Amino acid sequence: MAESLLRVRNLTTRFRTEAGWVTAVDDVSFDLAAGETLAIVGESGSGKSVTALSMLRLIPRPPGEIVGGSVVFEGRDLCQVSDAEMQAIRGNRIAMIFQEPMTSLNPSLTLGVQVGEPLVLHRGASWAAAFARAGELLGRVRIPDATARLQAYPHQMSGGQRQRAMIAMALACQPRLIIADEPTTALDVTVQSQILALLKELTRETGAALILITHDLGVVARYADRVAVMYGGRMVETASARDLYKHPLHPYTRGLLASIPRLDAPTGQKLLPIDGQPPDLARMPPGCAFQPRCHTAQPGCAVTRPTMTEARPEHWKACFIDAA
Amino acid sequence: MPHNPPLLSVEGLKVHFPVHAGVIRRRQVGAVKAVDGVSFTVRAGETLGLVGESGCGKSTTGLAVLRMQAATEGRIIFDGSDITHSNRAAMRPFRRRMQMIYQDPFGALDPRMTVADIIAEPMIVHQISTSAAERRERAQDLLAMVGLRPDMATRYVHEFSGGQRQRIGIARALAMQPDLLICDEPVSALDVSIQAQIVNLFESLQDRFGLAYLFIAHDLAVVRHMSDRIAVMYLGKIVEIAGRDELYARPLHPYSQALLASVAIPDPEIEATRPQISVTGEVPGALNPPSGCRFHPRCPRAQAVCAREEPALRDLGGQSVACHLV
Repeated sequence: MAESLLRVRNLTTRFRTEAGWVTAVDDVSFDLAAGETLAIVGESGSGKSVTALSMLRLIPRPPGEIVGGSVVFEGRDLCQVSDAEMQAIRGNRIAMIFQEPMTSLNPSLTLGVQVGEPLVLHRGASWAAAFARAGELLGRVRIPDATARLQAYPHQMSGGQRQRAMIAMALACQPRLIIADEPTTALDVTVQSQILALLKELTRETGAALILITHDLGVVARYADRVAVMYGGRMVETASARDLYKHPLHPYTRGLLASIPRLDAPTGQKLLPIDGQPPDLARMPPGCAFQPRCHTAQPGCAVTRPTMTEARPEHWKACFIDAA
Repeated sequence: MPHNPPLLSVEGLKVHFPVHAGVIRRRQVGAVKAVDGVSFTVRAGETLGLVGESGCGKSTTGLAVLRMQAATEGRIIFDGSDITHSNRAAMRPFRRRMQMIYQDPFGALDPRMTVADIIAEPMIVHQISTSAAERRERAQDLLAMVGLRPDMATRYVHEFSGGQRQRIGIARALAMQPDLLICDEPVSALDVSIQAQIVNLFESLQDRFGLAYLFIAHDLAVVRHMSDRIAVMYLGKIVEIAGRDELYARPLHPYSQALLASVAIPDPEIEATRPQISVTGEVPGALNPPSGCRFHPRCPRAQAVCAREEPALRDLGGQSVACHLV
């Protein structure tokens, strides 16, 4: 792999809840190369969003805390830098796009102010220069009449346009890494594909790396270079997108792929669901998190927690059982 | 079965929501035409998928069929009886036979009632089981039917996961021994690994009880899996209605084509070779829908006629399309 832009090691984040301490991100490690698109896939509660928020130190404390690990970005450990240094990185070197643009945009500020603000804050640009650049950026994300729309407020725009504006804001300082957390889940199907295609095109143009957090295995197949699958706060499998879909090794990944209906599958076949329920993070089993739902589990799986091992070249899995 | 009369027949259904202006002298200034002339049938034991993006009127159509939303125009015929204007008393026997499954099972279930009470309540209302013991036993049978343990009957809804709550909602609907379930996005709020469990449950219940489903959803892969026939809606109109295999193999309406192209297939090698044709823009508001064909401002193939004249739904050998260019 090329020189990594981001190197996450043993990241662990926990929250205090009524049921006790809950480890939402549990010993997660991964690398990201410059310009690469990594999809983090998982269901609700799998820890994919908390992983992203932990990397940016956006975990509210209390109730949450990052209890261990390192996030080395461009040579610096983000877990160790000062708050001021972290602020200089967020929105500048690393930008984040959230699921619901309506809640992450400020309803009382115009688009021009919101898209231009990172340039004023991080680059010391004048507001006049920032507005001019904001107009260019809105044009680049294909908002019609971009310059006129600088005066618009978020409520005057459609959901898709708001997400385009979020992308423009994220791109303002030419970040090296964009983290998009379910960026299109709230949007209609035909708008989803427009926004994702735009995001992919712009990251390719600017050379930024992209972490795409999603639960949609179709989206992953269409846009990701590499995939990391999370379950119960832990990373269970990581590989290139092609290898993961062709040779899924972890029983959870295999189960997911078998359980989703596909447009190109023969009709009239039963889906093969994963039995049972997603894990309760407050009551995790001692061994493998997936063991209670796993058809291939052995007695040892309930006792010892599997670590990530390289089962195929550049293809890692956290499972004791050899997949056929 | 095609010779049997349909279980449900919807003819020219319109649901318009008036828009008012003025404080002192309120006057109607327009109408949101949420559903604007929709016709379809559902036969006994059949699944009709109703797909479209938000605001296309698919949920309003479902509510109008159940008479939970008044129809502005058109007819709703259930098992041979016109129920469009039936009063409460006349509706009662039909209400039992048509049940609704909601997207958010938590919002649809009373948090202060035990599961047994939730399932028994409609039996009391419709006087299906008279004694409490009988209802308790029936509730336990129903729980087993939807894949829950009978001893869960004494618990409260908050103790259950999303998938289990959806099972409880299905058990409550089944308590009425319905003929038709109207399912409004029944799996879209569930985790991916749970969706297949509920989809399979719907299928096995259909096999067992001969249920008909009006399956409203935006996920085209789930709809393809579930449905015998599919109606595609756009801004209050059905733009295409066809058998499942016909629609997915050869979508004729440009909007159906765009919808299908937007769905990514979970296989990177296939995705790499698929043409990424996609429509531009977003669904306009239903208050002032575009003239002519409502899809024409976004349609890659639109001609002058499309902005001028509204295309009628035409039957092309079992596959009906509303498009001037087909």
